[in-house]
Amino acid sequence: MTGPVSAGGGAKRGLGRLRRRPGGRRGPVRPGQLGVAFATPAILVGLVFTLGPVIVIAVFSFLSQPETGGGVVYQFSAEAYRHFLFQEDFVGNTNLDLRYLRSFGLSAFQALATTAVCIGLAFPIALWMTTKTSRVQNLLVLVVTIPFWTNLLVRTYAWILLLSDRGAANAVLEAVGLAPRQLLYNSGATLVGLIYTFLPFAILPIYSALAGFDFSLAEAAYDLGARKSGVIRRVIWPAAAGGVMSAVALCFVPAFGAFVQPVLLGGGKVLMVGNLIAAQYGEARNWPFGAALSVIILVLTLLGAFALLRLAKRSSQKVSLAI
Amino acid sequence: MAAVDLGNPAAPRSVDRAPAGPVGGELAPGAGKPAKPGPAGEAGLSVTGAHKTFRSAEGGEVHALDGVSLDVALGEFYVLLGPSGCGKTTLLRAIAGLEPLDGGEIYLGDERIDLLAPHKRPDNTVFQSYALFPHLSVWENIAFGLKMEKLPKAAIAARVEAMLALVHLSEVPSRRPSQLSGGQQQRVALARALAKQPAVLLLDEPLSALDLKLRRGMQGELKRIQRETGITFVFVTHDQEEALSMGDRIAVFKDGRPAQIGTPEDIYERPVSRFVADFIGDTNFLETELTVRADGLVGAIGGLAVPVGSPGAGAAGPATLAIRPENIVLTDPAEAELRGRLVELTYMGTDLRCAVELPDGQRLRVRVPPPFGGGHLAPGGEVGVVVAPGLAKVVVDS
Repeated sequence: MTGPVSAGGGAKRGLGRLRRRPGGRRGPVRPGQLGVAFATPAILVGLVFTLGPVIVIAVFSFLSQPETGGGVVYQFSAEAYRHFLFQEDFVGNTNLDLRYLRSFGLSAFQALATTAVCIGLAFPIALWMTTKTSRVQNLLVLVVTIPFWTNLLVRTYAWILLLSDRGAANAVLEAVGLAPRQLLYNSGATLVGLIYTFLPFAILPIYSALAGFDFSLAEAAYDLGARKSGVIRRVIWPAAAGGVMSAVALCFVPAFGAFVQPVLLGGGKVLMVGNLIAAQYGEARNWPFGAALSVIILVLTLLGAFALLRLAKRSSQKVSLAI
Repeated sequence: MAAVDLGNPAAPRSVDRAPAGPVGGELAPGAGKPAKPGPAGEAGLSVTGAHKTFRSAEGGEVHALDGVSLDVALGEFYVLLGPSGCGKTTLLRAIAGLEPLDGGEIYLGDERIDLLAPHKRPDNTVFQSYALFPHLSVWENIAFGLKMEKLPKAAIAARVEAMLALVHLSEVPSRRPSQLSGGQQQRVALARALAKQPAVLLLDEPLSALDLKLRRGMQGELKRIQRETGITFVFVTHDQEEALSMGDRIAVFKDGRPAQIGTPEDIYERPVSRFVADFIGDTNFLETELTVRADGLVGAIGGLAVPVGSPGAGAAGPATLAIRPENIVLTDPAEAELRGRLVELTYMGTDLRCAVELPDGQRLRVRVPPPFGGGHLAPGGEVGVVVAPGLAKVVVDS
């Protein structure tokens, strides 16, 4: 009897110490739980280093450009947002300027193509993975995550080696008797790089939606008269839908703002939004415009995520916007 | 040496049968069942020589089906009963087409169906886990199979409504399966399979996930639905009580083949082997030495000679006797030829469960029905033991 009593007393003393701390009310903490005090450092880091830069960018987008050089002048201006759609010519007329929108369009197209191809490739892979034994499944998940172990820049340089004029891809073309061709530095190479980068982000959520899928559902559909294609379309695809929605978010959003792939594989000829923003802080020295572009992407992304979550809720699918 | 059922003189002998084949009821029709199932009729289901071997994780071979042959009559409620791993579920899945056979044939009437893909077979399955489509409503679940048949919309609606009424779910057609109780999910699974109007309905332990009370209720429901629809049911279970109360006929499986096929009475009262007697209900097994006498075969219980069969019914030698606990009567020791010592006494409400030690050291479990008076039942006391003639059966060890 003494053991439990003394242990309980210890726990109570611990609780008392927590309660006595300044900072207001804290509920009783059960064994195995931690009070809010322990989470505070992480919360602070998160607020300062995640939300902080976003706030800085949002503020910058409404400030003015200095006469020369980069940086901002602390004077309110909506010029950056006007600059996105309109251009003032030498005479002083304001004209609609579609160059930046075109860059958005190109980004949207690249991101859409990336997402579609990634999901098209990931669904069969994920489904195949779920049919393996749990040991093999764990191994396959590990294999899928191998790219995360190396720097993205290094991996993208590897694609340069593969796609260059005297690279492996052209060697294969020559070996089968085809003329070597320029594979690098175009939007196709950019797309290949994007698909390669974001494929794991499509496989993992779809796999996790399908992992533990009750294959007796597939058997039931088959037994009820569905053909094999019907089983996949009517039973397995709906089960994967939540994962597919997550994959859409996880592929489309970062692909839309991609920077490395268009620079290295597109050779500067493919100007996506990410490159446009980088240019504003670099060569163009227009920080407010760069910030405004970032805010526009952020708002579009949030709207997209909101729409996705609405759609998910309506179809009662579980969607996670992170891995 | 195969089974000898010597307790019932009316039953034909079933000796000298090949031990590999299914034994029992096919040759020993049960008494008292009104509709006696014959061989598969026009649309009866017939399995011949079904073989299926699985490779186990250790690399060995497991004969899930080891030459199974059986016939299910049209409109019959046929139960496949056995412990887990006996092959009953494999056989059901083979009939459904979800498990290809290594050998053997399955016929529905004259049509061979074991080579057809599952979605082309005229049978449907109620799965143990129900396997309801979580993204579809109750209504859509039931309509699923009919949409696959590409029936006109009006026909689908009419059939779904009829099924909802049949399983008493007309109030909840738009709910998702996750919003239903276990019993309701069970009904949806049943309605979904029945909507296809299958020639044979296959049920894989459909009630095992329900609690006892609900299960009792669904057993009655299933019997009613089977009577109303007239569809042949093949019902897999490991619950012997469920099998006895529901089946028109039962195939008791062991090690990938039927150990006995027969009506519930056949199986319970005339088990052919120690396995069947042990699996179905509670049984005492006594080792004995059979001797042939002029009036028949005689065994011994605690040194007392007990007739176990008619003249010329079998051979002498060591054997096992099976006696049900409810077929033993405890009496005043002064009135009985065989006496034992009462070593255990448990009050169960509906009966008293006793254990009696015989002079030769073997123990008998006995059920004493109420009224429990009489006073001769006291732990440690001596009791008289009476086994009614014909109720001690010789069973083969297997």
